[in-house]
Amino acid sequence: MWTWFYKLASPPYVYGAAASLGPWFLGLATITIGYGLVDGLAFAPPDYQQGDAFRIIYVHVPSAWMSLFVYSSMAVAGAIALIWRIKMGHAVAAASAPIGASFTLLALVTGSLWGRPMWGTYWAWDPRLTSELILLFLYVGVMSLRSAFEDPARGDRAAALLAIVGLVNVPIIHYSVLWWNSLHQGATVAQLGKPKIALSMLWPLLSMALGFMLFYGAVLCTRLQGEVLNRERQAKWVREAIKS
Amino acid sequence: VSNGFWSMGGYARFVWPCFAFAGLVLYWNLWSARRHHAAARLRAGRALAMAASEES
Repeated sequence: MWTWFYKLASPPYVYGAAASLGPWFLGLATITIGYGLVDGLAFAPPDYQQGDAFRIIYVHVPSAWMSLFVYSSMAVAGAIALIWRIKMGHAVAAASAPIGASFTLLALVTGSLWGRPMWGTYWAWDPRLTSELILLFLYVGVMSLRSAFEDPARGDRAAALLAIVGLVNVPIIHYSVLWWNSLHQGATVAQLGKPKIALSMLWPLLSMALGFMLFYGAVLCTRLQGEVLNRERQAKWVREAIKS
Repeated sequence: VSNGFWSMGGYARFVWPCFAFAGLVLYWNLWSARRHHAAARLRAGRALAMAASEES
């Protein structure tokens, strides 16, 4: 049963799997993001309160979801690497960090541009916005800490620890709109069985969210190949891998 | 495509920059990941070449 798990500890297996899966993820991401964009921008009806400004949801919400998902993945990969001493966990965490940071920045910028017409301001020290900004600082901190050590193994361990500690911020971001008074609206989609959004608006959103997830998979595969090569450059199998 | 589509009901200056920035972020991710991989291949190739020259 655990054979697949142990295979993930093998750098040549991870390198090969990433090389095979990457193009599939990218192709599927192109299709789903393309459908989401066309349906969301051209066919979904305008919101009865926000008008066409609501269409920002199609990039803001998927990027915000991905900022949390990628951070959680990074922390879990770091924990696996620390607990089971699987080096590939550190490689996955290192490859995920810049992708997650870029999604977080995208969520903050698009949220700011959405906030101006709806709230009258680009920025407010609101619990949701502030905790998301802290998430961006955590990503930057994890990346900086990893590269701050001369010994890469120590950098990996320190970065994994910081990522695990920073995981506490993920539920804070999610529940901030419930725990504190917030300008930010509450959950619209993540309500099991009864989303507060019309289906004609929901489908393109789900398609964009799936597309962003697949895109993360595609970019992770490419970055992971680079990380594996950097960590294994003296290994014999690398000779064959870089010839192909 | 009608003017209404591009004007986004008067919110064009907020909506289109969001999608443009999203495109930029997605493009940067692809570009930097490929650059990262290519640089790693180059370094690995150099390391292997050095190891081969030391052996010979």
